[in-house]
Amino acid sequence: MTTIDLNMVGAKGALVEAAEGKWGMVIDQDLCTGCQACVTACAMENNIAFVGEEDAGYGRSMHWIRIERFWEGHYPHVKMTHYQPMLCQQCGKAPCEPVCPAFATVHSQSEQVNVQVYNRCVGTRYCGNNCPYQVRSFNWFDYNDERINKAIATLKHQFNPDVTVRRRGIMEKCSFCIQRIHKAQDKAKSEGREVADGEFTTACAQACPADAIVFGRVDNPESLVSQLMAEGHGVQHLSELGTLPRVTYLVGGQ
Amino acid sequence: MSDKKHHNPEEHFREQHLMLDPMPRGQMNDMVMESMHTTSWKFWVVAAILAVISFIGLGVDWYRLIMEGQGLAGVMRPDYWGIFLVNTVFWIGISHAGTFISAILRVFKAEFRRPFTRAAELMTTFGLVQAGFSIFMHMGRVWLSYWLMPYPNQRQLWPNFHSPLSWDLLAITTYLLSSTMYLFLPLIPDMAMARDRSTGWRKTFYKVLALGFRGTEGEWAHLRTAMNIFAFAIIPVMFSVHTIVSWDFAMATRPGWSSTIFGPYFVIGALHSGMGAVVMVLAVVRGTMKHMKYFIRPEHFEGIARLMLIISMAWAYFFFNDYIVQWYGGDKWTKTLLHWHEAGPMGWMWFAMLIFNIAIPWSILWNKKWRSTPWLLFIVGLLINVGMWFERYIIVPISVTINRMPFTWRLYQPGIEVPMGIGTVAFFILLYMLASRLVPLIPVWEVQEGQMAHSLTKFGRETVMTVSELE
Repeated sequence: MTTIDLNMVGAKGALVEAAEGKWGMVIDQDLCTGCQACVTACAMENNIAFVGEEDAGYGRSMHWIRIERFWEGHYPHVKMTHYQPMLCQQCGKAPCEPVCPAFATVHSQSEQVNVQVYNRCVGTRYCGNNCPYQVRSFNWFDYNDERINKAIATLKHQFNPDVTVRRRGIMEKCSFCIQRIHKAQDKAKSEGREVADGEFTTACAQACPADAIVFGRVDNPESLVSQLMAEGHGVQHLSELGTLPRVTYLVGGQ
Repeated sequence: MSDKKHHNPEEHFREQHLMLDPMPRGQMNDMVMESMHTTSWKFWVVAAILAVISFIGLGVDWYRLIMEGQGLAGVMRPDYWGIFLVNTVFWIGISHAGTFISAILRVFKAEFRRPFTRAAELMTTFGLVQAGFSIFMHMGRVWLSYWLMPYPNQRQLWPNFHSPLSWDLLAITTYLLSSTMYLFLPLIPDMAMARDRSTGWRKTFYKVLALGFRGTEGEWAHLRTAMNIFAFAIIPVMFSVHTIVSWDFAMATRPGWSSTIFGPYFVIGALHSGMGAVVMVLAVVRGTMKHMKYFIRPEHFEGIARLMLIISMAWAYFFFNDYIVQWYGGDKWTKTLLHWHEAGPMGWMWFAMLIFNIAIPWSILWNKKWRSTPWLLFIVGLLINVGMWFERYIIVPISVTINRMPFTWRLYQPGIEVPMGIGTVAFFILLYMLASRLVPLIPVWEVQEGQMAHSLTKFGRETVMTVSELE
């Protein structure tokens, strides 16, 4: 974990929280096969718009998680390196938060994740620009409008009722499946207990056939996420920027 | 013009300097009024074409953009910001010329400013109107833009004052309001002049705007005090507005943007394009409007061109400073970005920027004869503005192509921004043309004041121009 004196940071206006955070994720790149099951599951769970081939080819795909592919060397001696699933890192000190002039992207103090307030967003896209991980997606058109996207007339029947459908002109991003977090917490509360580790997980982690994605409480040292993070070969992307990311990548393990 | 023609040095001075070529106040008033009223059919043809282009860009295309979404523009991941932001910075830059010329030159008592302060101030206000259009075009949900204003509401929601965009909104609004007031104050005596010389609806128009000005000693004293206060107060506003615009970029955590020199670099860039635009407007006004050859003379072009040369040199210094500090910083993403600027697919734009902003002004404006030639300065001003637009294009969409996630790198291809940007240019020219029919473009009282202060004095055999303090 990063050891930053948190009394010293926060000058940029982000809400500063405890360094360890609450929810976290570990992605084992050695296990990832690049099958894109997480991308599909995320799109189903979070009602992510299908932008069509042309727009997707021009960098307008709206997936909250993407599989980045990298390779080394030049043809014909090309070597594929690891697949890198990239999603919102739920930064503890997120660069997207202070730049929004409308407070449309803020920190949830109870869940300690970075949340997007859709109905407050006016679409300046400053947050997307300032996100070092480039994981925010903007609604370029009304992809969920039947008049624009004919396919949605039937596809709308599989929308997840727990998640809002977004309209044009607003920014959106990974929420760590906050609807699942709330559901599990409500259930545990009604039964008078705490949420157990592994009781629920995010859509991407649930769909991963290789179990490369693990989600859970990072402030609980007993959880699987905390144990994997303690293994030692974990890296956090661009942590040199002081963003305190909540996603740890395991790469080059035995 | 040449010394051979005039053996009399006084006649030579008179022909060269407006301040030494006085005319009775009444005659100058009539000339300015006549220049406003003389409108040829060509004017209306050009105005109609510009109105159509503005309507397509700002009406039809903007309506489509609002109704269908920002996807009509070329923006995508990672280029969340595109030409709309380029145009915003560009128009705010143009607007700096008016304040610079009328406030700074007024404070420093630069006498050559007198006939064209009004022409430059009009550019400030109309340029800011286009900047406002451009920034609102950029917003995904422009119908909710009032949320950026700190207005009292039941849910106690406020804008985020940590965001540079909030500072930007406040700075631009302040600048628009103060520059409009500063445009209006010196206009009051000219409105009164026009009121006394017109009939019909024009009389009503000027009567309202003249605020009952009669030209008494007390009125002049108040007006002068107000103008003095504004001239001094607006200078820091002008410097702050473009510095704050630059902070939209400099405050972000992006390679190539996190540069501490961006504030002064943007201010100098704004003056660079603004002076180029002033010289273009003056060349057109002089060439097309009646009697303007008396008021706007080669000496004025020469004076502005000297400023252009100095500003071009200052711009070159700040550009080099920005480049060398970023390069020396050694950050690998910044190095990639700097390489992308000059050797990427848009490298031609980077070189064109340097040629238009540095090479061309330096190679033409050193020569007094060339820098006194209006049509040549028009071309130089045009190229500087193209070069400065390129500079903003390199800073916004070309630079955001490179980020710290190489998987997302992608080149920006503009879409509907292009006709909409052309629409703002057409609307700017159209506003200016219509204003030239309604607003006395020459501040007659200011010219006359200068003419009364200037005189020729003989020191031995030498005839020199002297200026006395009137106030």
